[in-house]
Amino acid sequence: MIAELGLAALWLAAALAATQMVAGFLAVRDNGTSELAKLIRPAAITQGVLVAFSFAMLVWLFAITDLSVKLVVSNSHSMKPLIFKLSGTWGNHEGSMLLWVMVMGFAGALIALVERRLPERTMNATLAAQGVVSLGFYAFLLLSSNPFERLPTPAAEGMGLNPLLQDIGLAFHPPTLYLGYVGLSVAFSFAVGALLTRQVTPEFARAMRPWVLGAWVWLTVGITAGSYWAYYELGWGGWWFWDPVENASLMPWLAATALLHSASVLASRDALRTWTIMLGVVAFSMSMVGTFLVRSGILTSVHAFAVDPERGTFILVLLGIFIGGALLLFALRANTISEGERFRIASREGALVFNNVMLSAILAIVLLGTLYPLLTEAFDVRVSVGPPYFNPVGAIFAIPMLIVMGVGPLLRWRQDRLDRIGKEVALFGALVLAALILASVLADIGILPLLGLALGLGLAVASLLPLRRRKLSRTPLATWGMVVAHFGIAVALLGMSSESAFTQERLAALEEGGRTSVGPWSIELQGVEPIAGPNWTAMQARIAARYDGGKASVLTPQARNFWAPPQQTTESALLTRWNGQLYAVVGDRTPDGRWQLRLWWKPFVPLIWYGGLLVGLGGVLALIGRVITDIRNRRLAVRIAERRADREALA
Amino acid sequence: MRRMILLLNTVLLFGMFGPAAAQDSLPPAPYAYRQLDDPQQEAAAQDLMETLRCLKCQSQSIADSDAPMAGDMRHQVRIRIAAGESPEEVRGWLMQRYGDYVSYKPAVSATTWPLFAIPVLLILLAGGILIRRMRGRA
Repeated sequence: MIAELGLAALWLAAALAATQMVAGFLAVRDNGTSELAKLIRPAAITQGVLVAFSFAMLVWLFAITDLSVKLVVSNSHSMKPLIFKLSGTWGNHEGSMLLWVMVMGFAGALIALVERRLPERTMNATLAAQGVVSLGFYAFLLLSSNPFERLPTPAAEGMGLNPLLQDIGLAFHPPTLYLGYVGLSVAFSFAVGALLTRQVTPEFARAMRPWVLGAWVWLTVGITAGSYWAYYELGWGGWWFWDPVENASLMPWLAATALLHSASVLASRDALRTWTIMLGVVAFSMSMVGTFLVRSGILTSVHAFAVDPERGTFILVLLGIFIGGALLLFALRANTISEGERFRIASREGALVFNNVMLSAILAIVLLGTLYPLLTEAFDVRVSVGPPYFNPVGAIFAIPMLIVMGVGPLLRWRQDRLDRIGKEVALFGALVLAALILASVLADIGILPLLGLALGLGLAVASLLPLRRRKLSRTPLATWGMVVAHFGIAVALLGMSSESAFTQERLAALEEGGRTSVGPWSIELQGVEPIAGPNWTAMQARIAARYDGGKASVLTPQARNFWAPPQQTTESALLTRWNGQLYAVVGDRTPDGRWQLRLWWKPFVPLIWYGGLLVGLGGVLALIGRVITDIRNRRLAVRIAERRADREALA
Repeated sequence: MRRMILLLNTVLLFGMFGPAAAQDSLPPAPYAYRQLDDPQQEAAAQDLMETLRCLKCQSQSIADSDAPMAGDMRHQVRIRIAAGESPEEVRGWLMQRYGDYVSYKPAVSATTWPLFAIPVLLILLAGGILIRRMRGRA
């Protein structure tokens, strides 16, 4: 019964999306005079409620492990801990697509509920566009990936969830990432709505900005969490692999970052109109490309759970219709939208344009490196594109971008001279140069980590300079947000460079009581004992680690054996100090009875994720700042209107 | 007959736990989990291993995988580096054996030239856009 309720709610939601689409387009055509226009917002809100209900039903099915539902049988197991039963809901193709449409319905309902700044006609067009996109994904879910399908006869036991995914990281990683991916659909719908009504104005950018910010914060946090999950769960100390699935999340982030900055220029200076629209279309297109890559099974990687060409074709057609349609509309309308205000090279806008071009170029490189191997594979030529390609080619564009990023926020809008901020530029340059020289003399490190360290250091200082000569208590929250986010990028960059420059590795086979060392740590294997969990057994090593001969801390890495499905995983043990992380993994037993240990000392590696979180925090600050200003303006407008009404009444 | 069924079961059971069985049948690879004594050679081997694809895995390098084949390839890389071969010679040898797919570092060739031509075009394009936007403005 629960499954049938969920399915019915999903069909109803799809019908409402269709209603929203038709009513929206009719309202735009009739200039809002049609009675149908009143249907649009309620349809969007009810749709959000229905799809959330449908998702709740699926979660319930997983919670009680209903073994008459096909999806539960193939992805769950009655012996799994409850938290992983729940997170298993979206640890599979159908469930994650339902999560995707739920977030989309939720976003649509939210704009229908709270967005009142845009002209009604643009709003109708926006909701109509949101309806079109939602309808496409409902069709995909209902026609080719029904999550509520029943089995003719219930199974005796489920098949279990991939043990790698039975981790608290997975419980939060996909939902946050999806909030970001799908949140960008709002930017897409706004862009299409504004193109349809030709109203690309600063008000439009101001209305769109909080939505982009919100989606971008979720993406940032999702990518950061995903990277940390890969780091500790895969057991080899890597934190970014340029895996197509990771690239699928990076591409929308790059586009959203560019969009965010471009929307800022449009909101405050009425420039870059076509750029902003274009990026709005591209950002969500990248989300859809990512979904296609992951969900179609075209890649076979840890994340790709679905291998089914029929679904792949379906998403590809959807992708073609949405992206192609939006780009066609853009091509038809772009020349009717003027470019907006003009500006000089040495200005805040100039720096932002430069960095948007660089971000777009990096996006193009990542897209090329991800899709090219798929393309050649179609012609039976298999090539691999990995870190030795992405790192240097990406750096060609990333390095100029980072330099401009240090200087740009200090420039004034519209027109400025570089010599006005000469002192700050000199400080930035001196710091970078000093760090370059110092690091290359003191240590033998590669060119990219070297540049990363130097630029990270310079940027960390330069990103704080916009706060100079300001009263900190009166600095707008949005400015704080920018400073914190830029500082976060510098911190993450320092972490990445330090990890790749200074990591030390030790592989050792030790008998119990044996000793070894890695970097400044001395290591003793005290013992290895068996241990059992709810659905696994493991060998757990007890390792005493001393930093520079100091007090011993105990690490307990495990080699786990899951029995449903039968699979081995390594649970790494981490010891974090202020200046880095010790990473320990226990492997197999050698024939002569010793235990294989893998140990890494990674100086300052946690900065990568602290940096990512700071970037997200910056986004949150900016978002709060924008929303507060908006509420204040709205109240002010109400008060002015009241006063005017009073005066008229008196007269 | 019963014994036959038992035997069949044993075979099936081993079939289910395939990876474990495969691990036992591979030749021993002592350097899969052992570093070279010379730190410089080990660093070179490590750098190389990070750019070689584990063919049995999904988007992982041989330096990031527990798969038996990755271990075997790590062993091969380490002993060849220890024998004095340069990293690029080892890469070439592996590419000859397993195809270009094994290397994450694409080389310019008839099939991969767009990977290098497009970034050059991008640089030109980005430069063009910037110059066009900045000139004759204000």
